[in-house]
Amino acid sequence: MVISLQEVEHIAMLARINITEEEKKEFAGQLSAVLQYAEKLNEINTEDVDPLYHILPIYNVFREDEIIESPDRNELFANAPVFQDGYFKVPKIL
Amino acid sequence: MSTEFETVVGLEVHVELKTDTKIFCSCKTAFGAEPNSQVCPICSGFPGMLPVLNKKVVEYAIKSGLAINAEIAPYCKFDRKNYFYPDLPNAYQISQFYLPICTDGYLDINVEGTKKRIRITRAHMEEDAGKLVHEGTIMTTSYSLVDLNRTGVPLLEIVSEPDLRSSQEARAYLEKLRSMLLFAQVSDAKMEEGSIRCDANVSVRPLGDKNLGVRVEIKNLNSFKALEKAIEYEAKRQMEAIEDGEPLIQETRTWDEEKSITRSMRTKEEAHDYRYYPDPDLPPIKIDQEWIDSIRQTMPEMPDKAQERLMGKYGLPEYDAALITVSPYNLKFFDQCVALYPDAKTVSNWMMGELSRLLNQNSQEIEQCHIKPEMLADMLKLINDGTISGKMAKSVFEEMFKTGKSAGHIVKEQGMIQISDEDTLRKIIQEIVEQNPGVVEDYKNGKEKAKGFFVGQVMKATKGQANPGAVNKVLSDFLSKE
Repeated sequence: MVISLQEVEHIAMLARINITEEEKKEFAGQLSAVLQYAEKLNEINTEDVDPLYHILPIYNVFREDEIIESPDRNELFANAPVFQDGYFKVPKIL
Repeated sequence: MSTEFETVVGLEVHVELKTDTKIFCSCKTAFGAEPNSQVCPICSGFPGMLPVLNKKVVEYAIKSGLAINAEIAPYCKFDRKNYFYPDLPNAYQISQFYLPICTDGYLDINVEGTKKRIRITRAHMEEDAGKLVHEGTIMTTSYSLVDLNRTGVPLLEIVSEPDLRSSQEARAYLEKLRSMLLFAQVSDAKMEEGSIRCDANVSVRPLGDKNLGVRVEIKNLNSFKALEKAIEYEAKRQMEAIEDGEPLIQETRTWDEEKSITRSMRTKEEAHDYRYYPDPDLPPIKIDQEWIDSIRQTMPEMPDKAQERLMGKYGLPEYDAALITVSPYNLKFFDQCVALYPDAKTVSNWMMGELSRLLNQNSQEIEQCHIKPEMLADMLKLINDGTISGKMAKSVFEEMFKTGKSAGHIVKEQGMIQISDEDTLRKIIQEIVEQNPGVVEDYKNGKEKAKGFFVGQVMKATKGQANPGAVNKVLSDFLSKE
């Protein structure tokens, strides 16, 4: 499978990153190579194989509904560039 | 020539499950806490965090599934829904896309006596996003303030088939769904607190057409009224566009409560591309029959069963039984009151009449108001033993509603004891008759109305405290002797 330049642009838009014309070509090549590598799986007959949803053979890993006090919010804010009145402050996004 | 159109509606309802802690971490879920006071590295998306599923969320989701008559999947799992927004610190929402926990349910609704079955496509577990606060409006400000308390609060999203044909049916469905979730005790389902939220998919088509029209999704429906008004507005807008030959586009619109209109938010071309993929942090969930059965045993009596009981055991009309089973709080009130005062129809009349009138007038809920079931029962006993008349009871009831004082207390405090003693009444009547000789003449000349005049005067003289039956009897004796 080959990834087109338009698809690279679309992926860049979804990821909110700007890329140059040069990079578009470079990434198109790299992404195509990744997909082609994964396409090898199509050569295997999986007719009687159940789909795999998780790589480990485990399920039902739960915790009980018991409260643990949250850390002081100032600890969270230590990682935020701007905060105000107990809120994180960010540019508005429409 | 004008075409006749049909409105087609499907609802997506988000319900907050009332667990103590969040879906993937142990932070509290209390409503109205200080901003960012219920947040930890997991729900704020710190690198290296590992979400672990709250077992109660699965139990509540199974319970909800049983309440909406759904199939519970023997195997389900979580996926990541990818998008960027400041209220979503992970830049993905953990949800169930490919294998939801519940499928193929239904609810029966009743609109003006017509019963209808509304199919439910699916219900899936997911985490809520945070809340953005703006000074002024989002249009006038340049930044957003982020509160992550709500991030990670467990939600169940319940998606109906496009089986609804009017705003009334949509409302009836949402009311029924809310009632089922309240009875199942999985959610507070308070629209005003956002613990139940609704989006509507609306399209129109010429009546009889089998294909669905172009669909518009409406967001920001925060009340039953908004849901009804938005569907009506949107259906009309679409019908007019078709009649005028204007093309409709698939889009998301928002309900503008102030202007009572829907406004375009984004079109299909700008629609999100969520790139769902399995969340490797969360192992899948297996649910066996034994687990489902054990949860089924914890299910309380649901509204349909309760309605049958009220009609069968107490002989209540279907109308009364339906209204009492609208919420578990109403039903509990009724059951507790009837246990103390077994005349079920009288209890039902007071609940549907005075109580519901006062609740509406004061925008209160039955579970929070001053009147408790035992207080209504005590008051009904006072009517029954003749201490107060039905008319006096109405003002006693209002006072109880206002102050929370018992009926006995109010009656004593205001000297409201009903006057049934015949000698006392005779004295009062004697006086009135003496003051109104002309009216007595009228009565003797066959004017029955004259008697009504005397009854009115007695009531006035006793401030409504005379026992109407006793007044009639004494008055008849009196006038026949005159």
